[in-house]
Order: sequence, then C-alpha cells, then structure tokens
Amino acid sequence: MRPVRVVQGTMVPLPRADIDTDQIIPKQFLTRIERTGYGEFLFWDWSRDGGGAPVDGFFTNDPARRGAKVLVAGDNFGCGSSREHAVWAIQDWGFEAVVAPSFADIFKGNSYQSGLLPVELPAETVTELMMAADDPNAIVTVDLERQIVICGDLQASFEIDPTVRDRLLKGLDAIGLTMEHEAAISAYEAQRPEWLPRSVTE
Amino acid sequence: MPGRTLFEKIWNRHVVTGDDPALLFVDLHLVHEVTSPQAFSGLDFNGRKVRRPELTVATIDHAIPTVDRHVMIRDPQSRKQVDTLRQNCARHGITLFDLDDPRQGIVHVVGPENGFTQPGMVIVCGDSHTSTHGAFGALAFGIGTTEVEHVLATQTIWQRRPKTMAVEVDGELPLGVAAKDMILGILATIGVRGGTGHVIEYRGEAVRGLSMEERMTVCNMSIEGGARAGMIAPDDTTFAYLEGRPHAPKGAAWERALDDWRSITTDPDATFDEVTRVSAPSLIPHVSWGTNPGQTVAVSDVVPSPDHFDDPLERDSAARALEYMDLRPGTPITDIPIDHVFVGSCTNGRISDLREAARVVEGRKVRDGVSAVIVPGSMQVKAQAEKEGLDRIFRDAGFSWRDAGCSSCLAMNPDVIPAGERCASTSNRNYEGRQGRGARTHLVSPAMAAAAAINGHFVDVRDWR
Ligand code: SF4
Repeated sequence: MRPVRVVQGTMVPLPRADIDTDQIIPKQFLTRIERTGYGEFLFWDWSRDGGGAPVDGFFTNDPARRGAKVLVAGDNFGCGSSREHAVWAIQDWGFEAVVAPSFADIFKGNSYQSGLLPVELPAETVTELMMAADDPNAIVTVDLERQIVICGDLQASFEIDPTVRDRLLKGLDAIGLTMEHEAAISAYEAQRPEWLPRSVTE
Repeated sequence: MPGRTLFEKIWNRHVVTGDDPALLFVDLHLVHEVTSPQAFSGLDFNGRKVRRPELTVATIDHAIPTVDRHVMIRDPQSRKQVDTLRQNCARHGITLFDLDDPRQGIVHVVGPENGFTQPGMVIVCGDSHTSTHGAFGALAFGIGTTEVEHVLATQTIWQRRPKTMAVEVDGELPLGVAAKDMILGILATIGVRGGTGHVIEYRGEAVRGLSMEERMTVCNMSIEGGARAGMIAPDDTTFAYLEGRPHAPKGAAWERALDDWRSITTDPDATFDEVTRVSAPSLIPHVSWGTNPGQTVAVSDVVPSPDHFDDPLERDSAARALEYMDLRPGTPITDIPIDHVFVGSCTNGRISDLREAARVVEGRKVRDGVSAVIVPGSMQVKAQAEKEGLDRIFRDAGFSWRDAGCSSCLAMNPDVIPAGERCASTSNRNYEGRQGRGARTHLVSPAMAAAAAINGHFVDVRDWR
C-alpha cells in the first residue's frame, strides 16, 4: 500500500444519506477477479440510463469533475454489502478521500485497508463543504498527519484511530505487521479446545 | 469482577495480543467466489500460504445459475471466477463445496447446517451477512477482501472493540408473525444506522422462543441495522440443533463443549452500552415500501408520505424511494400488485422457511401473470424439501423449483428482476437496483411472499384461511 499523507484537490458533492455499496458498484461488475478497473463503473446506475447512455449532470459524466480527489457525501456512507470493490471503484475513479458525517463500519475498515481516507466530520461542516464543492474548482486539503481538513476559510479537525493513521502514513502491509506476533498466534493455537470444528482431518 | 456479556466473553477468549485494537483468532473462515479472488492473488503475489486451511471452508453461491447449472455457467466472467475459486482451493488445500457437492449452498446456510457454526466461536467471511452465524452465540462478522487475505495468511484479524447493544424482545410473538417480521420491526425501531459500531445481542422471551432457523433470520439482518454482528445466547434449542451434525463435537468432546457453551451466556449483572426494547405481541407482518430495509410498515398500513418524516434527510430519502418504487403515499399496502415472488436467500432459504411458504401455497395456484420462484438455500435444504414433498406443492401451484444459490437476492446470476417490475422477496436488501436495475423490491416473510404469489398483491397472512 502506498503511504497516504496529504490529499489535495477538487471535490465532488453527493448530498445523499445511506449511499450503499450496491449503488457505488453494482453487482454485475463483481465477477471480475482483478483489483483494478472498476472506476468506469462507479455509481453505474446513477451514471447511466437504462440503455447505457450517460446521464447528464451526474458527476461521472461531467468533464469539470474529472480529476476530483475528494468525494463529499451524506450520513452512513458505504452501508450494505462488504464488497471491497466499492472502495476500489472509488479509488480507481481517482478519489483519494471521502468526507461524510458517518461511514458504515465495514466500508470504513475496507477503506483503511486499501488506503482510501474516510474522513468523518460533523454534519454541519460536511454541509458547508458540500456547498463549497458546488464550485468544481474549489480546492480542499485533507491532511492526515495533522488530522485537519482545510477549504478556503473552513478548517476542521477530524478523529482517526491512531494505529490506522500510523499504518496509512507509513503505507505498511498489515500481514507483515501481524506476523511479528507469530509467536503469540502459535501459543494461542496450542491452547484452543479440541472440539472446535475442522473441515479436513489431518 | 463485574458481569460480562456473551460478546465480551467470546471477545476476551479470542484475543491473541493487543487490547484495542486487538488481534483476534479466527475459528472459522468462510469463503465464496466473489470476494476471495483478489485475496488469493495477493497471497500468491507475496508468496504466502494459507495458515490454517482446515479452519477454512469455501462454497460457490453468489453468481451461479439456479437452472441447468451442471451444463455450464454461461457468463464467461462468472465461470472464470468460479474456476478461480476451484484452483485457489485446490492449491491451498481448502475444502470446497463445489456445484456437484451435495453440501453446496449459500455460505450462511451451509456453515450452520454442517455443524461448522458453534457457540463461542469467532467466525468471519467476506460477506456482510456473516452476522447470521451469531444465532448460535458466536461472534460472526463480515470483512472485506484485504481482510480475507489477512485471515488466510494469519488466521487472525485486527478489530477495534465494538460497543454492545441489547435488543430485548419482550412477550410472545403472535400467531402468523414470523421471525422476519420481528427483525423488520426491530429495524423500523432502531433504523438503518442504529446499530453502527455495535454488536447486538437479541434477548427476551420472544427471542428465546425462536427456533434456530428463526434466530438465523433475525441475526442475518443485523447488518441492515448497521451492526456488524448480532448474537443470541446458546441454549437447549441451540444444542438440540447442533447435536449429531457432521462437524459438531461427538462423545466426551460434546459433553465438554456443552459445559463450556453454557458458561458463555451474558451474566445477570452485565451491562450493555445501549438497550432497546421491542414488544413482541405488538408486532405484525411487515412489508418494506422503500429502498432501505428500515423503510417498512405493517401490512395493514398504507404507504407513508415523505411529510411524515421530521428529519429533512429522511424526508428526502423517502421521496426518492417512493419515486423509485413508483408508489403513492396513502396507498394501502394490500393494494400493491406483485409481478414476481422470490422465496430464498440466506435470510429465508432454509427448510422451515420453505415449509411456511408451502403451508400457504398448498392446494392453490400462483396468480396469472406472477412469476414465482423458490430457491432453496442449499442443496441439503432442497433434498429435504423434496423428501417432504414440498417441491410438488410448489410446482403444482406454478412455482419454479430451483437449485441452491443466492439468485435474485442480489441478481448476479441470470435471475434478474426486470426494470419497473415489482418483487415480493424474502431476502434482506431492497436497495435500488439490488434485484436488477430498476427492479422494485418489497421485503417480506416467506408466508407473506407465498400469499402474495397466490393473490397477485400483498395480503395479511394472519387472515389466511
Ligand atoms: S443470499 Fe443474498 S445476502 Fe445472502 S449471501 Fe447471498 S447475496 Fe448475500
């Protein structure tokens, strides 16, 4: 994973609550076995009409929104299915951070895993940011190191799990870190009750 | 020492190291074709192995056809995805319930029915409805693909300690009101975000009175309330269900396991971070009218007006939902016509669900113009239903009788509901496009779905017969 420090760029406002992962990346794109290439299908059912033609006015079809780095959305962003493809699609389109009043638990975890920055700010601040984001050229800075979001006169600090922050800043591989605890894992395994199920008998 | 909850007991005994976040040991890792390929390729890329293949079980469920599936999976990409899982399982020595295996089925159906799911375990799967397994008094939650890779490599997962929430369902569930109605009623109370950051323990007389399959229906939809996990304390109902299942402990080990399982329930003096009460006697059959699982009403009710909601965002979301669902406020729920009926999924695709539906259907015919489908949750459920003659009842009534899989629950396979058409579905999600682009989903219990198939519109099953 690449380290994440500062995300700076333009925004896209998506003023809806409870945006679920079925909207972010519909199921017909989940049969791929790769981790990349989902960006063009981001928000597909909102971005295309029934015949597959681009829906005018939706940000994915708006040249002025191309290159945006921060998505600003409503409460409970990323609820529903655990598909990490949702995070991959958002990143693949070009976003590096999502700002919302709250995120669904699994989506937040998946974002951390893939280096997409989920930033929780109070609802009023998100609304302010959304208004600023109406201007496709407005620039926002999300600084993970200082844990602040800056946009014009707006400056807001955000909370993030210190362990996660550290891992994101350094771009560390979680499996490598966990394997430093190999002795503890082995010790744990040695004392598990014998009745626990196994799929194959050794 | 202060009393501890079921959740805390399971959590504490699975901590390998750390506090918050803690590194938890995973007793069972369930795998399916859609959320695993990138995890396996990550392992391979880094030259890593699966640490405990014997604690890993894979099945094929999400994208497979439910007819003629032995011939060939027509969609080349789905076929490749299934083949990829086969190769990954073969290479890493993981047991796979392949399409020709009598144990194949939906991941959250096959785990319990084969006795893999047991009280006190930590269970994960790259699937948000892993909460289902909490019905046995296990801590079970969905994870993303990068975490799947982590669990494959280390058999552990880092977790922040969630908060606890008790949902107390007091009193007795009235006749004709299903476990599905109970969870839909709970979701209507706590909302789709009410459980965020929490693990729910369902408690109370009505919960104790549920069968194991009903408990799975309730725990299944915990994620629809935002909670990653839902759980129910193990009791004699749990033990009776488990005893004799292929992977349940046997003999002396069974006795030792029982002693242990009895000790993990919530202590009387334990406290929860939050407590919600729901009265079972006041629950009625529910029907969802909107595009999230919190947007439900009683079948005797009418489609609500957006003005009904105080919160501007809720109002907005209701207005959008009504537009998508093509419903007008004030319409009685029983006036809503139905084009499709889907009985199946990890919520309601078990044998007792099929029995409930069959009871309603027996001797009747599916309404002209309604396409009605039964998709058993697993091939074992299918076999059992055929043994009981349920397939005949369904076929005679005009239902299509299918092979096991997720099917129209998420419509990744050919079982897609066409745009603009309306489906009474026993699944768990009514999001826009979930069952097909433009498809309109109404979440209901199996009996309610079956009754809608016969009548062509919703009816109150309590008035049935
Ligand atoms: S039946 Fe539906 S909810 Fe359950 S695992 Fe399959 S797709 Fe997911």
